[in-house]
Amino acid sequence: MIDIAHGRSGDKGDAANVGILAYDDNGYQIIKKYLTVDRVKKHFEGICFGEVERFELPNLRALNFLLNNTLGGGGTISLKHDAQGKTLAAALLRMEIDTGE
Amino acid sequence: MKEKIKIASGQGFWGDLIDAPYHQVMKGEIDYLVMDYLAEVTMSILQKQKNKNPKLGYARDIPELMRRILPTCKEKNIKIITNGGGVNPIACADAIIEIAKELGIKNLKVGVVLGDDIKDSLDEMISQGAELNNMETGDSIKTIKDKILSANVYFGAFPIVEALKKGADIVITGRTTDTGLTLAPMIYEFGWEKNNYNLLSAGTIAGHILECGAQSSGGNFLGDWESIENFAEIGFPIAEAYPDGSVIITKHQGTGGRVSFETVAEQLLYEIGDPKNYITPDCVADFTSIKLEDMGNNRVKMFNVSGAKETEFYKVSCSYSYGYAASGSLTYSWPKALTKAKAAEQILRKRLENLDLHFEEVRAEFIGYNATHETLAKKLNEDDINEVMLRFSVRAADFKSVERFGKEIAPLILTGPPAVTGFAGGRPKPSEVVAYWPALIPKKLVTPLVKIIEA
Repeated sequence: MIDIAHGRSGDKGDAANVGILAYDDNGYQIIKKYLTVDRVKKHFEGICFGEVERFELPNLRALNFLLNNTLGGGGTISLKHDAQGKTLAAALLRMEIDTGE
Repeated sequence: MKEKIKIASGQGFWGDLIDAPYHQVMKGEIDYLVMDYLAEVTMSILQKQKNKNPKLGYARDIPELMRRILPTCKEKNIKIITNGGGVNPIACADAIIEIAKELGIKNLKVGVVLGDDIKDSLDEMISQGAELNNMETGDSIKTIKDKILSANVYFGAFPIVEALKKGADIVITGRTTDTGLTLAPMIYEFGWEKNNYNLLSAGTIAGHILECGAQSSGGNFLGDWESIENFAEIGFPIAEAYPDGSVIITKHQGTGGRVSFETVAEQLLYEIGDPKNYITPDCVADFTSIKLEDMGNNRVKMFNVSGAKETEFYKVSCSYSYGYAASGSLTYSWPKALTKAKAAEQILRKRLENLDLHFEEVRAEFIGYNATHETLAKKLNEDDINEVMLRFSVRAADFKSVERFGKEIAPLILTGPPAVTGFAGGRPKPSEVVAYWPALIPKKLVTPLVKIIEA
């Protein structure tokens, strides 16, 4: 994923928002096809303990994910070193996919 | 009507680069300087400061900044808008007036937006029908009411517009949305109507791009960040706004960083939920309508924005006491750095158990190994790991348990695994945890007030 997309993540309460942006149209078709709710949920197993919500922004060649129940209680309560989920976009970009190409 | 206005972002949060607003004023032509100082945690800190001293409770960087930029802003008619008034915008305005007097600046009007602080009228609001249940959990506010430290309504752009109409050179607000700071000058200069939701959404989204400072001009860019030049002198973003709602995002010539399709698009996705429904007090903006065009030379045009009518509610943020927390850390070196850090964790857990202390949560993390990406981190051979920092954190309702935990970190150096260092700065001290309670309140129950103070 890191080869075809970049991203940014942050916090919304105890949920993390992870935005993933493809560098070109072809990349957007790939992330749109492969970054499904189920796949993202499975990727973050042991990190995200709630529902994964997925939104499409074709105008920015981007997807936005909300990972609920992920930040150890959220902003100020959380004991996590990354309490605001700032590194989770990079964590999503670790995903490897086989497009058959 | 002006053909265009330039709105410069001077601060992405309280604690951002001190000189950024100064450079925005000095390094090129701008019409407005907008500064966002308020995170949720900031409001409770400011409330505590005000409780101790009624003259405090605002971002104290502001008066010193004014000393540096006010003469130039007055001379060039650059207006300043900030939410750094915190829980005491009047005191902030008074401090600015004092500075203006010292500098010999006359005819300065400072507009103050009041009415967002509802801490003392919560009971009244509740009796008038405001439920104030937690937006995320649905819990009743009664469960935390005795522990509330601050309660503020998020106002939008229109109270600031009113202050500008009354001739304010500077507008100081309390809890105003970050996006409202940028939208307000567009409404004021271009005469945008309250029900033109597409235009209000365009200004709101421009505000979203500006609100985190340099995060849209190359900072924290996850794309090709290594090719970005001169982070040291990074230019903060500037919105060049036009009456038709199109906005060009740029930065001053000669500054570092980069404004490109990618850097702006990344910021657009920051901390958003449903992109079709970005709710503010002014409108509901649709992020899927945005068109971005990279014009080159650090200029990105944003246009085609649409949006919908605002909701009947303001968002309220209450802060309340939620016990205490502390973190301590120790660094273990090769050989078997990770095994040592994990052994130390177990020893510490056993000692805390033997002390019969009660924590709501205990957490151990291994920095340098998997603290950020946890289960997704690459598995390394133990022999390839040079060092690991054990970060151990606790949270409890009572101060004493957390304080006692603080005394258990340093002893591990002489009573646990070897080749350990990095304990400096004394015992970890308990810090008070302040939690947030997001809620909604009917708009009709709250009225923003605008006051003008003159030097």
